[in-house]
Amino acid sequence: MLAEAIFFSAVLFTIGVIGVLTRRNAIIIFMCVELMLNAVNLSFVAFARAYGVAGQVFVFFVMTVAAAEAAVGLAIIIAMFRHKQTVNLQNINILKG
Amino acid sequence: MLLQHEVSAAAHPLAGTVVEWLWLLPLLPLLGFVINGLLSLVPATVLGPGDPDMAHGADGAHGEAGHGVAVHAHETADEHGAHGDDHHPVVRHRFAWLASIVGPAVLAIAFGLAVAMFFAMRGAGGGEMHAPFVQRYFSWMPAGTFHLDAAFQLDQLSMLMVLVITGVGTLIHLFSIGYMQDDPGYPRFFAYLNLFVAFMLVLVLGANYPVLFVGWEGVGLCSYLLIGFWFSEKANADAGKKAFIVNRIGDFGLLIAMFLLFANLGTLDFVAVNENVTRLAFGGPLITTICLFMFLGCTGKSAQIPLYIWLPDAMAGPTPVSALIHAATMVTAGVYLIARSSVLFSMAPVAGLTVTVIGALTAIFAATIGLKQWDIKKVLAYSTVSQLGYMFMGVGSGAYVAGVFHLATHAFFKALLFLGSGSVIFAMHAAYHHTGSHEDAQDMRNMGGLAPYMRVTWILMWIATLAIAGVPFFAGFFSKDEILGSLFLRAHDSTLADARWLGIPGSAVLYGAYALGLAAALLTAIYMTRMMIYTFHGPNRTGEKERDHLHEAPWIMTGPLVVLGILSAVGGWLNLPAITSFLGPVGALDRWLEPVVGESALRVTNGVAPEATHSTELALVGGAVAIALLGIIIAAVRLKPARLVPKAQSPEEHGIERVLANKYYVDEAYDRVVVEPTVGLSRGVLWKGIDQGIIDNVLVNGSARLARGFSSLGSWVQSGQIGTYAWVLVIGVLAVLGAFTIR
Amino acid sequence: MESYPLFYTFHFYLFGIIAVASAILFVTRKSPVSAAMWLVSTMFSLAALYVMLDAPFIGVIQVLVYAGAIMVVFLFVIMLLNLGQPSEIADVRSGGWRLVAGLVGLALLAEIFALTRAHSVPGLAIPRGTAAEAINSMGAVGMVAGPLFTTYLLPFEVTSVLLLAAVVGAVMIGKQRRAADAR
Repeated sequence: MLAEAIFFSAVLFTIGVIGVLTRRNAIIIFMCVELMLNAVNLSFVAFARAYGVAGQVFVFFVMTVAAAEAAVGLAIIIAMFRHKQTVNLQNINILKG
Repeated sequence: MLLQHEVSAAAHPLAGTVVEWLWLLPLLPLLGFVINGLLSLVPATVLGPGDPDMAHGADGAHGEAGHGVAVHAHETADEHGAHGDDHHPVVRHRFAWLASIVGPAVLAIAFGLAVAMFFAMRGAGGGEMHAPFVQRYFSWMPAGTFHLDAAFQLDQLSMLMVLVITGVGTLIHLFSIGYMQDDPGYPRFFAYLNLFVAFMLVLVLGANYPVLFVGWEGVGLCSYLLIGFWFSEKANADAGKKAFIVNRIGDFGLLIAMFLLFANLGTLDFVAVNENVTRLAFGGPLITTICLFMFLGCTGKSAQIPLYIWLPDAMAGPTPVSALIHAATMVTAGVYLIARSSVLFSMAPVAGLTVTVIGALTAIFAATIGLKQWDIKKVLAYSTVSQLGYMFMGVGSGAYVAGVFHLATHAFFKALLFLGSGSVIFAMHAAYHHTGSHEDAQDMRNMGGLAPYMRVTWILMWIATLAIAGVPFFAGFFSKDEILGSLFLRAHDSTLADARWLGIPGSAVLYGAYALGLAAALLTAIYMTRMMIYTFHGPNRTGEKERDHLHEAPWIMTGPLVVLGILSAVGGWLNLPAITSFLGPVGALDRWLEPVVGESALRVTNGVAPEATHSTELALVGGAVAIALLGIIIAAVRLKPARLVPKAQSPEEHGIERVLANKYYVDEAYDRVVVEPTVGLSRGVLWKGIDQGIIDNVLVNGSARLARGFSSLGSWVQSGQIGTYAWVLVIGVLAVLGAFTIR
Repeated sequence: MESYPLFYTFHFYLFGIIAVASAILFVTRKSPVSAAMWLVSTMFSLAALYVMLDAPFIGVIQVLVYAGAIMVVFLFVIMLLNLGQPSEIADVRSGGWRLVAGLVGLALLAEIFALTRAHSVPGLAIPRGTAAEAINSMGAVGMVAGPLFTTYLLPFEVTSVLLLAAVVGAVMIGKQRRAADAR
């Protein structure tokens, strides 16, 4: 089932990428990133099945990081919303150099 | 054997004598400069009407104008009491008394020291005296094979120059006490004057070309400062700038000459250069080039064709400056340089001929202009240019002693003439000042018949005039005759006569120069007599009211004149020709300078000292005397001072007179040919084109625009749009993965 | 080659397709809430896939952490910000952008497949390997907990620091700052 798992992983990842590229809502883009992380997790699990459980441990770490990222990222989005009254990334350019 | 070779300082016969104090000579005037310079920082004070010292009513409105009023600094504090119609305030400096002590005193001490050194040198004598006394102070520029010491050297030539500079300098400083007394920049004047003397002494004492060059540039600086001393008037500042810029052209030549010397001889010390110069081919292109570049430096500093134009304008400075810098000392630096480099010039006959020709042309050219000048100082300025031409005729033709001799006598009588003219201007200005007239105090058309009013000046200036005209037994007679006689003799037999100059045989060139010299002597006698007649004789043209205020200058001014008058009268005794052996010892200066220039002079004359037969010499002298007297007589007979009218009513000149009065339009021609194209080029191409167009626009602003372009590109990329960043990121990932895929 | 029961294969494909379909629906929904709900669906399908790939513990964690915790936080935030305005909903880029994005996605997929093929992933040839044995020997939780607390102990502890930092950071960023507001 490895090849199939990787196939699904790749498709999900690509969908996440397309989501990031086409959407402007910060929260949705954030969720797309979560989707990409999940796609990667799927490959990890699939490979772990063949090459050892270290891959599953990695998934564990990825989830932790994802949780931390969600906490901080959402906090940033909330702060941004308070500041700009929007989460549309087109209207947010405080990173402009 | 006569070569100047270096003897270690300890072994030199002068070691341990007063000459050890050599370094003190330039240091003393430098000290004066520092003190007076500090005093000049104190602003001048205006004498109020109640001031017991005051002579003129002060104009409060101009009170603190400082140097602004100094344009009319010829004012005198006279003893006739206050005058209500004064239009200039008297601005006397608070510390003028201190400056009048310090300024001349440092020079007097230096002169005393120089006299002591002179006697030490005379006393030492002997064969070892052929070596200059060299004092090394510190290593100035050690760089690879190039080694240069800050060193002074004293030899017979330097000694003579030091005596002239400090002696005449002291007298002129004393004269300045009176002449400048009411100038608000009084201490500043003495500071510059002292600095000038310090640099002049460095110039003549330097033991190598770069030290000489330091003095050379230093006197140029002081000349600039003093010409533009009354800088609030634009013409004066412009004259200073003109002198400075024209001199730069000459300095370029001197620098090139120094570079060539170092490149080919590996040294710039006078002693070492003199020892090594024989390694160069006699009369070869290299030595000729070196000498010609060096002479270019001399034409700048010593006002020879084509760079003489700055000297007449330099008369914008105070008259003592004209006397000290632009007649007696600085302008003779070129003559000194050639005498100092006599070994080089004796190796290059073509260069020597060039110097002679330029000198002769300058002498006759300036003399013709001097015929039609009305400004008394301008007459003297062109006379100076002309006399400098004589000196170059002397040193160029290998008669180094004659050139230096004329340098010394000229310093006496020309300083006297200038100071005398200063005395006249002083009196004229005082008279006009009393009546509030704005007539030109320097124009001879406004003078006339001054003799009864200023007896002392009148007599002394006649002495100087007779000296410069070449009337027998006055100083100029001996020195000028020696130059002309040397030219004549060297046209017979010398390396110069054997050489060819632009295809012309050297002897023809020298005969031509001799003829021009005689003609210039005639003109000299004419224009000097003209100046004297128009100034001191005939009817008075100053005006009725002014006449009552004409009076002789105070003793502090006439005193130095008297001393200079004595020197002008007896200066010829320095170097009596053989024909006048009944007057005293013959050729003192010849013997004195023999260790320095003797060998070079012999080389020019093919190893034998030129000896004229008695009859030849008599004929030469007789001719010169006849010409001098003829000139005086022509002037006395032909000139009609009674017909002269004051400047304001004078008609326009016509024909050749007009050309002469306008100095052959040389300044105008230079303007057209050099200045205007240069300014045009600078303005149009260098400024608008290269500086603004290329450097400012393309390079400076261009690089700024380039940076701004890149920055705006970067700014545009840094849009702050996370979406864009994501796109860029993904495309980058695509590219990287694509690279892996393709591989 | 090891054969799988059809039951197994069918359900693998079923949940895979559900995951992909949910993901597509997720990225195409305008409303953030429905998008989030479709993402939850994807998460659940992925949990099922994990279980079938011999990672039951990870599957449980996926449901608990992702679907249960993270997505709930997302929903909370969406509701907190009350993102219902049309301007906020109509956030999708224009057609041209979507076309290009699709092409970029296709290119990405093509590259991924090309790479996996080039590196010859053995695919189904790989036997059910170590994961199944580990479940048998240590149990579903122990197979993950074992390496986690032995080999990867240090990273695990570092993770705790990361989480602490995230908590502090979230509190700091999310806090209302009076001074900043006053400005």
